[in-house]
Amino acid sequence: MRPDLEIIQQWIQPNSKVLDLGCGDGSLLHYLQATKNVHGIGLEIDAENIQHCLENGTNVIEQNLDKGLSNFRSESFDTVLLAQTLQALSKPDHLIDEMLRIGKNGIVTFPNFGNWKSRLYLASRGRMPVSKFIPHSWYNTPNIHFCTVKDFDALCAEKNIKILARTVVDLEHQGSWYMRAWPNLLGEIAIYHISKNTD
Amino acid sequence: MTDSIPTDSVGLVKPQVYKFDEPLTLRSGKVLPEYELVVETYGTLNSKKTNAVLICHALSGDHHAAGYNSEADTKPGWWDHCIGPGKAIDTNLFYVVSLNNLGGCAGSTGPASINPETSKYYGPDFPVVTVRDWVNSQLRLMDRMQIPEWAAVVGGSLGGMQVLRWAISYPERMRHAICIAAAPKLSAQNIAFNEVARHSITSDANFREGRYLEEGTYPKQGLMLARMVGHITYLSDSAMRAKFGKSAPDFEQETSENFGRDLRSGKLSFGFDVDFQVESYLHYQGERFSENFDANTYLLMTKALDYFDPTVDFEGDLSKAFENSDCKFLLMSFSTDWRFPPERSREIVNDLLKAGREVSYLEIEADQGHDAFLLPIPRYVKALSGYLQRVHQENESNAS
Repeated sequence: MRPDLEIIQQWIQPNSKVLDLGCGDGSLLHYLQATKNVHGIGLEIDAENIQHCLENGTNVIEQNLDKGLSNFRSESFDTVLLAQTLQALSKPDHLIDEMLRIGKNGIVTFPNFGNWKSRLYLASRGRMPVSKFIPHSWYNTPNIHFCTVKDFDALCAEKNIKILARTVVDLEHQGSWYMRAWPNLLGEIAIYHISKNTD
Repeated sequence: MTDSIPTDSVGLVKPQVYKFDEPLTLRSGKVLPEYELVVETYGTLNSKKTNAVLICHALSGDHHAAGYNSEADTKPGWWDHCIGPGKAIDTNLFYVVSLNNLGGCAGSTGPASINPETSKYYGPDFPVVTVRDWVNSQLRLMDRMQIPEWAAVVGGSLGGMQVLRWAISYPERMRHAICIAAAPKLSAQNIAFNEVARHSITSDANFREGRYLEEGTYPKQGLMLARMVGHITYLSDSAMRAKFGKSAPDFEQETSENFGRDLRSGKLSFGFDVDFQVESYLHYQGERFSENFDANTYLLMTKALDYFDPTVDFEGDLSKAFENSDCKFLLMSFSTDWRFPPERSREIVNDLLKAGREVSYLEIEADQGHDAFLLPIPRYVKALSGYLQRVHQENESNAS
């Protein structure tokens, strides 16, 4: 399983309702259905991924996240997931609002652009970082809204979103004390568990 | 005739007739005292009776969905590319049941049958049947066939509406609802086209207020015209351009196409006869259809479409209608379908979501318009196949 998904699944309650935005081939939902009896629905636009979902018995709806989620009722899910998709959305901030309207809590993961490798790449070469992790050139990348751990913290503060948990990992999804100490510098994938601030 | 029956065909099939003596009260309040349903089945019902799939046909369909009725048949059933051994609806795995609906003209009791009370053709006296009445008659058939529950109920267009009705009325008797290129109810535009079709039939002098069989006439022109109008709504503009624009000169194809304006004889007639291929095609389709279909049945089928509205018992709220529909749903629509466009399927999907149902939805890119649901569009057939494979696996794991 993809590194971020391994961590995410620990935050999902058994028997809960999960909406997975950009569910890919449905492997996480499939896993959650099998191990936690989760009632899940995934949204996806890639035809091949959708076919995989059908074949592994994951409910999947062909729907473009950029066209909004107005067809989902408020508080109709326990958890709304957005794994590695935030940076590809045209209005990521708007979608986060929608996630917390539809779900009681949300889980967001994204590649941390504040990672030292990205910083070093840009600083030393003066060009947009291209790596194994972010393999696209600036002109053909689907990732149009990169952010850093600090940026996302700031967005949560601005929107009065409560961060229930935050963790960063490297590509092998190993966490460590030094990543916890300097998440924005050392984390490669940021993983947030968030909810509306009801205080 | 067919040179030889293909190996992935269900082969020669013989329709069976089921006779029902228990009166059926229809939505209109009228009662059909007795009736017959003609049915084809493909594959074998397993010992636990968990692998039955019901096929619901659309406006002009019938029970003959796959295989051949005789060696002399030139064409197989209407959904042969999807039903057969190793096909999307795999008859090695599933027991497929396909019937001609009440009011039809392919063998089940309908306007062209003899009314036992008068010993004459029913004609216009055959009661208007609705989607709900069909589903009720299908439930009786299911009981007669001793099928406890459907693994899946499958249908496109008007067939998809029967699938929805099944999921609303009898969700406990099915596990999966597969609804293709349908709509939650008809739009004014849909009804308008149906009315043109009906009016062309009823205004044909040979219609004789529906008693044409008794009087030995037939409203052929009316039925032809009805089908021609209908057929236009099944195709997309792009499908027609492709179908009737084959002879665009090379230079035109490079810059643009000829908009499907192929001429029939190579030159304009400067008269009012057929000039373009599309005209001749529509004439041919109308002609062929009028020879094989009953005009009163066409009227009934279009009315069943117009009347379909599963929200009538639920204060106009489709999501409420789905409140108890705890089967799983698969919906599919086609990008160029303007009869029941993707938005209409999305309406259904959204109400299913609102009702908290388990649903999957695909929007298939296809140029063929509404007709696509009857055609072997690769992504569509693959999705149907993949979904049903999963249904089969569930069956197997529940059995073990």
